[in-house]
Amino acid sequence: MPTGLRRNRQHTLHRFRIWLFLSPNGAPFRSCPMYPTLLLEQTLNGFTLGVMLFLLAAGLTLIFGVMDVINLAHGSLYMAGAFASAAITARTGSFAAGLLAGVVVGAAFALLLELALIRRLYTRAHLDQVLATFAVILIANETVKILFGPQPIFAAPPRSLSGSVELLPGVLYPAYRLAIIAAGLLAALFLWWLIGRTRLGMLIRAGTTHRQMVQALGVNIKALFAIVFAIGGALAGLAGAMAAPILAVQVGMGEQILILAFVVVVIGGLGSVRGAFLAALLVGLTDTMSRALLPWLMRDLLPPAAADQVAANLSSVAVYLLMAVVLALRPRGLFPAHG
Amino acid sequence: MAEAAAPAPRVRPDGILALGGVCLLAVAPPVLEALQADYLLPTLTRMLAYGLAAAALDLVLGYGGLVSFGHSAFLGTGAYVAAALLHHANRGTPVVAWPFVVSGTSEALIILPAAAAVAGILAILIGAISLRTRGVHFIMITLAFAQMVYFLVLAVPEYGGTDGLMLPGPWRVGGFPVQSDAPRYWFAFVLVLLFMLVAQRAIQARYGLALRGARQNERRLLALGYPVFAIRLLAFTLSGACTGVAGALLADVAMFVSPDLLSWQRSGELIIMVVLGGQGTLIGPLIGAFVLLALEEELSAVTEHWMLVLGPILLLCVLLFRRGIWGMVSRAAYSG
Repeated sequence: MPTGLRRNRQHTLHRFRIWLFLSPNGAPFRSCPMYPTLLLEQTLNGFTLGVMLFLLAAGLTLIFGVMDVINLAHGSLYMAGAFASAAITARTGSFAAGLLAGVVVGAAFALLLELALIRRLYTRAHLDQVLATFAVILIANETVKILFGPQPIFAAPPRSLSGSVELLPGVLYPAYRLAIIAAGLLAALFLWWLIGRTRLGMLIRAGTTHRQMVQALGVNIKALFAIVFAIGGALAGLAGAMAAPILAVQVGMGEQILILAFVVVVIGGLGSVRGAFLAALLVGLTDTMSRALLPWLMRDLLPPAAADQVAANLSSVAVYLLMAVVLALRPRGLFPAHG
Repeated sequence: MAEAAAPAPRVRPDGILALGGVCLLAVAPPVLEALQADYLLPTLTRMLAYGLAAAALDLVLGYGGLVSFGHSAFLGTGAYVAAALLHHANRGTPVVAWPFVVSGTSEALIILPAAAAVAGILAILIGAISLRTRGVHFIMITLAFAQMVYFLVLAVPEYGGTDGLMLPGPWRVGGFPVQSDAPRYWFAFVLVLLFMLVAQRAIQARYGLALRGARQNERRLLALGYPVFAIRLLAFTLSGACTGVAGALLADVAMFVSPDLLSWQRSGELIIMVVLGGQGTLIGPLIGAFVLLALEEELSAVTEHWMLVLGPILLLCVLLFRRGIWGMVSRAAYSG
């Protein structure tokens, strides 16, 4: 083995040790992503992604749990929310109006979808649901392309949240991202209250575990399904509206996050909102941490330009690897809702 | 289902129709040349390759009842294996240097088995984890694994990342370079025909019966002592390997591979082909591939927003024509 490579390897090992012990006063290691202040930043980034994923995954997992439907078009609801909020914010200048528009459009689109299409698919095979909602994705993407053009739209965060907050002395973090985390946690709390403490939630829970029995007891199951779909759509629309200022609003944005949301749903256990919440944070943190850590580790092994590209793609793999490990150990996910 | 109708007559109308289709495909190159439309030949070859992939998917989807949303992983893997072997043969560098040396080659009779082997091994790995789950779980997990393969391939700078990789030249079959379109077409045609014959036999055999039985009543098959997991894993592996071969064919036709082949939309299209043509019919997916690709080609020539036309067509198919094209044809043949 060439001595240079061996030295590099030792260097990498050394960095790993630093990472393990989180050396607080390692001045030469300030570039390490695990340096405490940066660690805090990355953790918060992970939470930002995590709550976004939760908002999508919660809807997906509810729709699956209650109605046994796989909805690929959930990403389109998210996209619709993002576009609606970006357009309304640009027109009215009010971010709150945009946020509201995102939620309303998400819920309305979901309701429309349920009434016009999904309702006919409840008794069908999953394959038919996949195909029909795949067709919806094609239609939604093309419609948005006609309405807004193929170029990404950039939206600004509201002025009151455009600054940074000093979390620790010398550690600044964008206020808007903190607001996203707060809003996501609020939404989670709301869901917990809705599902655990209300009559509607009781029906939803009953629908997840004993679908036939709920129908037999004379609950208006059609209305229940439509409501669950609308809740899912509102959450997806909210996620899209909040994501608009930090991501490029463009056609196809829904599919990228949809697949990650699927991973969250699968890890958390189908039908389990609690599982979706924990899995979303886990996935968000895994993604962010591997994105921060891998380029830094690979810089020793590869030339810098290649290292960044390789690391960026490999860190995308980390989430799926996490899923594979969880499934290999617990095929039904961490918190399966179905008995 | 066609397979449930037992005592089949010696000569079935849909069998004659299928044979006619095969004959039509066999003579396509000279006919197209006579019509001065031989520019269509690469498109036809592409359709054959996609048809092979779709028919391979039908093994697990139609007969096995396992909705794999990750078959693009095998399609792309096959294509990239072919591209990598050709690429390294051209450069004179090894594909793998450690722990043993694998050098590149431009011989199709090595490339295709290699593509099948790599895609097959990948299918064993993915299948071993995914097949532990059922239904929606299985759909999402195969999708996620395909995404994983997508990003893994993107991470290899040698093969062009997002830009894809141009193939240095056509491959050789048995030492002879395949330069023109007609031999390439026939090569693909023979492969598809071979697959169809072998798969048809396998489906009719005891193994195929067990696979179909596992779809209809898994518990009963388990009680009868059949190793359902192994049966499904074998189907998944064979399907993955054949899809890999289709990918290699696609790479050779296009002279180009890109991560697009690995994207989840490709998986979706393969499923569309299967359902459009008729799941659980083997011939149906081939027809589905021809119809879908022809639709794409025609519609994209008419309007830029062809997806807006394809989407509703697809919706109508799902809602109204659940048997697919070949399913309806063979049903009509039985009743008429």
